Amino acid sequence: MQRLGVFVCHCGSNIAATVDVKKVVEMALKEPGVVHAEDYPYMCSEAGQALIAEAICEKKLTGIVVCSCSPRMHEATFRKAAERAGINPYMVEIANIREHCSWIHKDIEVATEKAIILARAAIAKVNLNTPLKPGESLVTKRALVIGGGIAGIQTALDIAEAGYKVDIVEKTPSIGGRMSQLDKTFPTLDCSACILTPKMVEAAAHENITIYTYSEVEKVSGFVGDFTVDIRKKARYVDMEKCTGCGLCQEKCPSKKALSEFNRGLSTRSAIYTPFAQAIPNVPVIDAESCTKLKTGKCGLCEKICQAGAIDYTQKDEIISQKYGAIVVATGFDTIKLDRYDEFAYSQSKDVITSLELERIMNAAGPTKGHLERLSDGKHPKHIVFVQCVGSRCSDDRGKSYCSKICCMYTAKHAMLIRDKYPDVDVTVFYIDVRTPGKNFDEFYRRAVEEYGVNYIKGQVGKVAPQPDGQLLVQAVDMLDNRQIQVEADMVVLATAIEPDPSVRKIATMLTASIDTNNFLTEGHAKLRPVESPTAGIFLSGVCQGPKDIPETVAQAGAAAVKAIGLLAKDKLMTNPCTAKADELLCNGCSTCANVCPYGAITYEDKEINDHGVRETRRIAVVNSALCQGCGACTVTCPSGAMDLQGFSNRQIIAEVDAICR
Amino acid sequence: MQELVTRAKELLADGTVARVLGWKCGDMAYNPEPAFFETAEELEGFVYDGFCGANLSKYMIEAGKQEGKTLVFLKPCDTYSFNQLLKEHRVDREKAYIIGVGCRGKLDIEKIKKMGIKGITDIRGAEADGSDTLSITTLYGDKTCAYSDAMLERCHVCKGKEHKVYDEVIGESADTKDAERFAEVEKIEAMSPEEKFAFFQKELSKCIRCNACRNVCPACSCRKCVFDSTKFDSAQKANVDSFEEKMFHIIRAFHVAGRCTDCGECSRVCPQGIPLHLFNRKFIKDIDELYGAFQAGEDAETKGPLTDFTFDDAEPSIVAERG
Repeated sequence: MQRLGVFVCHCGSNIAATVDVKKVVEMALKEPGVVHAEDYPYMCSEAGQALIAEAICEKKLTGIVVCSCSPRMHEATFRKAAERAGINPYMVEIANIREHCSWIHKDIEVATEKAIILARAAIAKVNLNTPLKPGESLVTKRALVIGGGIAGIQTALDIAEAGYKVDIVEKTPSIGGRMSQLDKTFPTLDCSACILTPKMVEAAAHENITIYTYSEVEKVSGFVGDFTVDIRKKARYVDMEKCTGCGLCQEKCPSKKALSEFNRGLSTRSAIYTPFAQAIPNVPVIDAESCTKLKTGKCGLCEKICQAGAIDYTQKDEIISQKYGAIVVATGFDTIKLDRYDEFAYSQSKDVITSLELERIMNAAGPTKGHLERLSDGKHPKHIVFVQCVGSRCSDDRGKSYCSKICCMYTAKHAMLIRDKYPDVDVTVFYIDVRTPGKNFDEFYRRAVEEYGVNYIKGQVGKVAPQPDGQLLVQAVDMLDNRQIQVEADMVVLATAIEPDPSVRKIATMLTASIDTNNFLTEGHAKLRPVESPTAGIFLSGVCQGPKDIPETVAQAGAAAVKAIGLLAKDKLMTNPCTAKADELLCNGCSTCANVCPYGAITYEDKEINDHGVRETRRIAVVNSALCQGCGACTVTCPSGAMDLQGFSNRQIIAEVDAICR
Repeated sequence: MQELVTRAKELLADGTVARVLGWKCGDMAYNPEPAFFETAEELEGFVYDGFCGANLSKYMIEAGKQEGKTLVFLKPCDTYSFNQLLKEHRVDREKAYIIGVGCRGKLDIEKIKKMGIKGITDIRGAEADGSDTLSITTLYGDKTCAYSDAMLERCHVCKGKEHKVYDEVIGESADTKDAERFAEVEKIEAMSPEEKFAFFQKELSKCIRCNACRNVCPACSCRKCVFDSTKFDSAQKANVDSFEEKMFHIIRAFHVAGRCTDCGECSRVCPQGIPLHLFNRKFIKDIDELYGAFQAGEDAETKGPLTDFTFDDAEPSIVAERG
């Protein structure tokens, strides 16, 4: 029989204001096994911990329940306290009577009753707890960064500078990401490429960094400190060793009809291409879907003219398997598709464009060589309308509920740049609110209004109607004047919401890293662990975690790098002892658990079993406790209940449910 | 039938198999039972007719532990169960010699009795190659009924006359499907929650927990059933509940979900006539709708939809929306 102690924390008034803690103590004392219960204002304080230690020693406690905040906050604290007092740290259970109770209830009676029930469940569970001992695992001193945009580049550089090997996997032919597509950056208006390319060059030249472009993560196995990742290096059809980057092949390639991804489909490119002039590596790829040679076997012009003999039509995808201690996700973003926003006529008129397309139009290397012109007829526009929050802050399910955060600032930038370069062009911005929290941000926006005379109208655009003469009739509401207005525009620019790059879903699944309903990766803690995934060893860099601008991305990239470095600096890690275990007498050997195990932790052995005197060889599931992450998928799929999770056994869970339902 | 016996004798004689798993006469004409035969003499008692509904696949778990191969006769639908057991490593293909037997639908004695035919002493015409009409001798005189009217429910929604795994096939099979497999399930789905509860309470309250459904079920092949294990408190828990059977049957349905081949043995053997297969068929229908059509036991390799993950899998939100 266990001798249990129950410790009820007031958490100042966080708990005590809504939960009658004395009542919880009183009721806990009536539970089976409980020999001691007390309350204290701050159980996590030194004094509170001392109280627990004292009770463990004096009352010879075998297990404790702490009724306090979420185990994510202080489980480790109380486990350590218990260990110091001489009991196994896994004989500690937390009843979360703060987040799950006091914070979400107003009525003391209701909250107290619930706190008692939560305590009861934890007591029922700890009655069945057994001491557990963590194991050890080694740390591979190498990091993987998924995504080669500014976030991934910065994280990789910081990790490499700390002396660890780091690999960047980038799915496109070049690193650089979205930032390489931007023309100027707010609020300083420096040229995006001018500040990005030195970083790209530095990453490419760094002795600790290996860059895999045109590559994708194919498979991830293992666990924190010891991941094994398969990287698919897609066939480039160009030998990276031999290619000199002269560019002749791109010039001569007769197939030039493919849409340029880099220019957002506003221009075409050859079938063999580097996405942009400063691409790293400066080695082209052949797009197999556009290449005449690869499609029909005819042509082969690039091979003939390549003096380095770098063209290789027989190249195949290659799988590289590499071990990593830490993985940083930096998959970035894309703009949302506008097919659910017909009212803006994006698909009907070439002169309705997204802001990212405008970046390309404004850029000297873009489809119009940097000249501001209408894509429909090449004419110089006289009036441009910007529409804010297209798909952002959306209350229906067409768009995103969140604020994309960067649009207010880049629109001010676009407006300002246009007014500066083309004073004859009128610029009108329709907005819900202008959000400018950031260093020198509001000043920047005010300059657009005050110095550059950009016409900001508070109100939303209801419809953009292309007229027979190609003009765009914009119907909107001026909320400050409370009237409907109609303006004619030559171009309309939509501040299209951003969303996590669609590839993140697949990657998150492979990494078992959680994502939210908007496909942003979830942090370990919204405030206290903002660059870590709840999945150990996975770190978050850039917009994959939430909308942010370049300086924020770079800051977060550095933070993610530090977290990864902190992990790589360790030689060994303690492993979680809450792993699955098969009861050999109950196991059917049916492989169902192995099928559902996301970590490949379950294998089968033919074992000699003595089942109450019956000796036979049986196929039995064996769990590799180093690979097992304790997710419990096997325990619920096992029809005979042979699989059980140590520390969270079926019996313990049912005891909790019973205690709650009592 | 004689062809089956002759072939079985040959295979026993040449040492290919050490024993034969088939059916022998029961105490009545309509209740033959599964049996092992080890000699030619024993095979004289072999029978194969319309009442041999019993699915022999599950017996191969134990038979596989014996020395030598076992010859087993499997009807087309039984081969699905055998495949599923193969997939779960519960039977050994190397230890089985499978003769696929022809099937023209199996008979349900309860259906005959429900026609008002009582006091049955003999039934003729049930042979594998027999007639379309059953001639029934009763204490109250001779009666007849159409073979198809006396067929088991499962034969009216037959999965097909093709054997999915076999070493050889003897005999012809017939198409007997003339009903929609999910029609009954759809009727229940259309009920209000209260009606559903009332329906299942009425049906399941008949349960006497004889465990026949579990013992016959090829998917219920656990070495130790959770309801018999002292490791869990499930057995006791089921007993204290006022509506105890719901625990047992619903848990059982969950345990076989994605693995049940819809062989219908549970309903066939239930002495209380509970339509237990409806639970399983509801799960099958849901799985088909959520993850695409899937037939457990179609082969011995494919991962079941509930134990596999693809990026196209239905999202929990979609499941929630369906209710």
